[in-house]
Amino acid sequence: MADEVTIEELEKEPKEPLFSKKNKKLLSDPLNDDNPITVQVLGICSALAITVQVKQAVVMSVSVLFVMIFANLIISLLRNYIPTRVRIIVQLVVVAALVILVDQILKAFVYDVSKQLSVFVGLIITNCIIMGRLEAFALANKPWPSLLDGVGNAAGYGLILIVVAFFRELLGSGKIYGYNVIPDVIYDLGYENNGLMILSPMALIAVGVYIWIQRSWNTKLIEE
Amino acid sequence: MEYVNIFVKGIFIENMIFAYFLGMCSYLAVSKTVKTGVGLGIAVIFVLGITVPINYLLENYVLKEGALAWLGDDFIDVDLSFLGFILFIAVIASMVQLVEMAVEKFAPALYGALGIFLPLIAVNCAILGGALFMQERQYVNIGEATIFGLGSGVGWFLAIVAIAAIREKIRYSNVPPALRGLGITFIITGLMGIAFMSFMGIEL
Repeated sequence: MADEVTIEELEKEPKEPLFSKKNKKLLSDPLNDDNPITVQVLGICSALAITVQVKQAVVMSVSVLFVMIFANLIISLLRNYIPTRVRIIVQLVVVAALVILVDQILKAFVYDVSKQLSVFVGLIITNCIIMGRLEAFALANKPWPSLLDGVGNAAGYGLILIVVAFFRELLGSGKIYGYNVIPDVIYDLGYENNGLMILSPMALIAVGVYIWIQRSWNTKLIEE
Repeated sequence: MEYVNIFVKGIFIENMIFAYFLGMCSYLAVSKTVKTGVGLGIAVIFVLGITVPINYLLENYVLKEGALAWLGDDFIDVDLSFLGFILFIAVIASMVQLVEMAVEKFAPALYGALGIFLPLIAVNCAILGGALFMQERQYVNIGEATIFGLGSGVGWFLAIVAIAAIREKIRYSNVPPALRGLGITFIITGLMGIAFMSFMGIEL
């Protein structure tokens, strides 16, 4: 827990470049070895529900990126002033305020996507990735590394979202980002869109398969 | 009849886990044994059954456009709906605190088993999701909202108990190494979801 960090301690630490090796690791780890969804098992709720189309997935990833960066930054700046007992409430308030902001922006500029995302924008508040990273990282680290951690984890989350959405949209409705990509010739030959891919259970199975592929490749992640 | 319909819908057709993936984090983390699964499931039913009606009152008498009319004519135009998220989460967090104290007092063994997951109900998406769906679907009275909360809770309970039982058994099966643990749980949940889809279209 971030208790008092005295001024001497702060000065003792050597100055490190903005993108030192350690900081780069903060950015790259969440993409594979420490992916928030497939390894840390955080934030699955929203990840699965909005992967029917790439467009929704992109909007959601950007929203999470925004909330995550600012929440990490703000909590990290406040970390020495937040009493441990009330930290959850403080975190919830900061995150909820940011999410309200995102929700209003989405309603103003991309109303149709905002309607499709329905309750899932609000659910960013309870997205475990955000609370988890605030609790595990931002409360104990300085603002810059926390910000990078936020970017890295949001990117890891977005990666899964977009990969799953890509396959579900391609196989389920023959489109990518709303554009038809499968030529009519193939349909004439008897190809059919697989309607099952659009249904919600397939999101779970798609993520399961993603985990399977990732772990057979990166064997140190295998459990037991 | 309407009540039964909402209840059954909440359990089977609009199941929190299989149809909307709400509360997946604790669903995956606490489903290793049936015992803890049952404990968390009951806690979720209880918290949903309490917070959904409270949030319903909040929504209809404080937040909605014109909801403050009971205060006087000056308040008819007030629209506080943008405050929804923050108030819902505040209600949920305080209710969870209460449930935690009650469980600690009356069922210390369960409290020990649930460990850190009880406070995590506050950030369980199923609870906030229940409040937001209640807001979106515009239930006509508080009875319907309560029944909806209870139904979704029971659906969540069923899902977590079923997956916990399957995971207890699957320990003796020969699963490909890369799928062990998380991967196979996802795929089983997906298959269960497909099974639950057969309830779709049931109207009572």
